[in-house]
Amino acid sequence: MIYKELVVIGGGPAGLSAAIQAYEEGVQDILLIERDFELGGILKQCIHNGFGLHIFQEELTGPEYAERFIKELKKMNIEVILDTMVLEITNEKKIIAVNKELGILNIQTQAIILAMGCRERTRGALNIPGFRPAGIFTAGTAQRFVNIEGYMPGKDIVILGSGDIGLIMARRFTLEGAKVRCVVELMPYSNGLTRNVVQCLEDYDIPLYLRHTVIEIHGKDRLEGVTVAEVDDNNLPILATATYIPCDTLLLSVGLIPENELSKLAEVKLDDRTGGPIVNQRMETSTQGIFACGNVLHVHDLVDFVTQEARLAGKGAADYLSKGKVDNYADAIPVRVLKGVRYIVPQYFQGKEMLNGRQELFMRSVKPMDKAKLIIDSDKGVIKTKTLNYVKPSEMINVALQKEELCQANPNYLEISLQEVGDRS
Amino acid sequence: MTEEKFVTCIVCPKGCRIKVILDEGDILDILNYGCKRGVEYAREEVMAPKRILTTTVAVQGQNIQMLPVKTEDAIPKELLKVAMHETKDLSVEPPIKIGDVIWPNIAGTGVNIIATRTLDANV
Repeated sequence: MIYKELVVIGGGPAGLSAAIQAYEEGVQDILLIERDFELGGILKQCIHNGFGLHIFQEELTGPEYAERFIKELKKMNIEVILDTMVLEITNEKKIIAVNKELGILNIQTQAIILAMGCRERTRGALNIPGFRPAGIFTAGTAQRFVNIEGYMPGKDIVILGSGDIGLIMARRFTLEGAKVRCVVELMPYSNGLTRNVVQCLEDYDIPLYLRHTVIEIHGKDRLEGVTVAEVDDNNLPILATATYIPCDTLLLSVGLIPENELSKLAEVKLDDRTGGPIVNQRMETSTQGIFACGNVLHVHDLVDFVTQEARLAGKGAADYLSKGKVDNYADAIPVRVLKGVRYIVPQYFQGKEMLNGRQELFMRSVKPMDKAKLIIDSDKGVIKTKTLNYVKPSEMINVALQKEELCQANPNYLEISLQEVGDRS
Repeated sequence: MTEEKFVTCIVCPKGCRIKVILDEGDILDILNYGCKRGVEYAREEVMAPKRILTTTVAVQGQNIQMLPVKTEDAIPKELLKVAMHETKDLSVEPPIKIGDVIWPNIAGTGVNIIATRTLDANV
């Protein structure tokens, strides 16, 4: 049995920042477990720029962003094991992991930070009828092929879903010489960041068909084409609009799912809205001493927010380890989601235990709004309001609540809503 | 004759829809911006759009096949494809340090292509 004070599972941006923060807060004995052969997580294949605007006030590529944290981590006395897959964790904080050379590892730790990230939704989740030919990839898999392995998965491409990875890959494929015929999106708005719609589609005159979907896959051995149709208000295809588009590759960019198989084994309660653990203000899950951050907690659009959140988790874990066992959900008030808000993190809150004198609230809207009023209400009345411009479900809303604002009111619950202001022009 | 152009600002996630009024190719006015950086962005986007190019070059190594690279600075948008052609057959040998110049003066812009990750000698 290996004994550790803190184990961080996952060496992507969340795991790196959480481990660094915990170390800086005085945790001596940290182990970081990564399943890939190097640190950095998904950032390694995100070669495009746009990372770090909030954290470093400059625009970095994914590998550059990752390398800054990897360099920082390597200066610290943090143990890292690579090529190691965690198979099981328990609510007693026992970890079973496997490594090609070291075999089975049994680890007992006092605290765990979950930072396993997320995975892509696949064709199976969409139920698109047709054969199962080669040539259908999730956008992230295609990204790995092109940017890491150096292979082009196809030459003539249709992209289903306008998530960020799909948009980024539309540009990448175009620059590499492939023809990207269109991006097809079921919703009436894009699911990607505005800058990606501008710089990945508009720059290359790639059409974005909103309120459309793929209704049939053609081809037996290799994909030969797809049928695309407009959808009605119930998202059902309007068959009269069906159009055949020849292509050899279909990319799916239709959402990400937090990877919580391990969390469930440790009896961590999950939130149906986020797909990730329910956490309190210091990113601690319902299982004492187990923390979560990054895409395993909820899917982010900006890595900068992952870093912020991971620092909270790192600080939270350090706090837990130094104070000993206390009930971290005692006096916790729930943060409820009302109209206009899809989800919020954290879902629980102890105003007195705020770590930095302030608390960031991360949330998403249910629909795009040109102007929206964010209302943080409670049983003691409205605590804070904020007017937000150009709210989109794809762009996370980040609002800070000051300790004074919360403690003065001393509420028993918080209720967050987003109200549209005026008409959409 | 005046002409209106709309630029979706990408300086920050707010995504302001900035209106640029042009008269025979000259900017008369810039409206609906949220900050100074947006004004600059809209001006450049209408007059001379530039982009940072990020791509990969092949690596003569064992575990890592591709090195991610970028243009050190933004280059004119219309030269992106030329730049892709120039880097198409490049290949590098480790060790490489982040920021190393991989290819100078891409597409005659005076801008270098630099590595965006470190590759140790043994990869």
